[in-house]
Amino acid sequence: MAKTYEEINDKIKKGKAVVVTAEEMIAVVKEKGVRAAAKDVDVVTTGTFGPMCSSGAFINVGHTKPKMKITKGTLNGVPVYCGLAAVDLYVGATEAAEDDPLNRVFPGEFRYGGGHVIEDLVAGKDVRFVASAYGTDCYPRKELDTLLNIKDLNEAILLNPRNAYQNYNVAVNAHGKRPIYTYMGILRPNIGNANYCSAGQLSPLLNDPHYRTIGIGTRIFLGGAVGHVIWQGTQHNPGVPRTDGGVPKGGAGTLAVAGDLKQMSTEFIRGASFRGYGVSLGVGLGVPIPIIDEEMAKFTAVSDADITAPITDYSVAYPEASGGPIGEVTYSELRTGRITINGKEVPTGAISSYPKARKIAATLKAWIEAGKFLLTEPIAPLPAAESGYKFGPLKERKK
Amino acid sequence: MFSERILMQFPRELVNEPLLSIVTKEFDIVFNIISARITENEEGQLKVELRGKRPNVLAAVDYIKKKGVSIRSLSKFVTVDRKLCTDCGACVVQCPTGALYYEEDLSVGFDAAKCIACELCRLACPYSAIVVAHADEVTHV
Repeated sequence: MAKTYEEINDKIKKGKAVVVTAEEMIAVVKEKGVRAAAKDVDVVTTGTFGPMCSSGAFINVGHTKPKMKITKGTLNGVPVYCGLAAVDLYVGATEAAEDDPLNRVFPGEFRYGGGHVIEDLVAGKDVRFVASAYGTDCYPRKELDTLLNIKDLNEAILLNPRNAYQNYNVAVNAHGKRPIYTYMGILRPNIGNANYCSAGQLSPLLNDPHYRTIGIGTRIFLGGAVGHVIWQGTQHNPGVPRTDGGVPKGGAGTLAVAGDLKQMSTEFIRGASFRGYGVSLGVGLGVPIPIIDEEMAKFTAVSDADITAPITDYSVAYPEASGGPIGEVTYSELRTGRITINGKEVPTGAISSYPKARKIAATLKAWIEAGKFLLTEPIAPLPAAESGYKFGPLKERKK
Repeated sequence: MFSERILMQFPRELVNEPLLSIVTKEFDIVFNIISARITENEEGQLKVELRGKRPNVLAAVDYIKKKGVSIRSLSKFVTVDRKLCTDCGACVVQCPTGALYYEEDLSVGFDAAKCIACELCRLACPYSAIVVAHADEVTHV
């Protein structure tokens, strides 16, 4: 018994679609079985919120009079990329402020950077834009110092090349003699703690492990507004080892996404500072999954107990790109707050927010139930495991 | 067993006084030093837990206060700004006393009574949601 996107959208428009979150779907399938669940449920909503470094915003500030082809600029002291047309620029999430001491005083604080500029824009705060240019016949102006507000920008587009990692590492410090400061947080020596970063059973790509419904063009929740999947994310790596249920045992698929920053909310777009590492952007993202057949019902019933993550040493193995994981652990174990590694009990902490992931899935569910959000059939699929598409290292060379 | 976790701030002229030694003998209590340092104003700053029978601990605190040492409860220093907190838990895993913990729904809870104001949570919070008051902003015991 298969359902089409059109049939599901018709039900949504009539207010008759049955929508559950990925968390609720676990119980539905357990109670009714895959077959009945596939028949009864039309859409399963997912969600995730965490720091996603490969994020940023394209903005168009409008033309000055006389005109200027901006070549260099800062927003609130944070350098922005201006190597585009005259007044287009890109604010990268991890760019630190120009006068930030970085890690010269270790571990650096990284209090303000691109992620915070994006949050301030979303909050409707004025940001200071200082720019320079070399001047041309058609764009003579050379200097600019002004306040900007998101409401006056022509466009502000969140465009993130890599978000929503399908599973991720559990980070530990196995060999360091001191705490190490990573994008996975502070890791104490002798495996003093284990940090993880996935919404697990609520995570979008873990509920559609083979990318059967999530593809290019899929309409999603992004930062509190509507966005779209625009491509496979960078480092998309579908060919990793998987469980019998198809769940990748480590980082695998990723999504490139875009959406209108003007519609977003600071509840789901947050500048982040990682001590000793740098700046990032906390992004909230959710994807609706149409239950087109029994297989999708089965996939969306995946629970934290079915998903394992590789325990990875961030003191040597990760930075040196050598050696494999030192163990694996399920998300249900991670969420108890304690796991055992090499016979030692270790506290676990998340870098992503499960309560926010839950809220995103619930919000998306409410939008769909209210008939405000229709599903889109992908216009092209993401490369799947059998495609051979993979993520490789850099081969350094001089010629 | 009663326990009081306090910050003692010694004025310059009291830095050489063995006050803690005196009160442990005098009032039959034990202590556990959390941290000790000399501030930029050359004052002594001691974070300590005093343990013993309740009246004895309170009497010891009173004695130290009368000597001219300002005393603040360590539970008054740290607050979690709920508007900034995303409920990730990057702080929970750093907290040495369990003052920060996961609630049943995996949101982050904070039990100020267990806090020793070590500030490890502040270092770990990506969203600057942990606010640590300066000693001068905290009222005396």
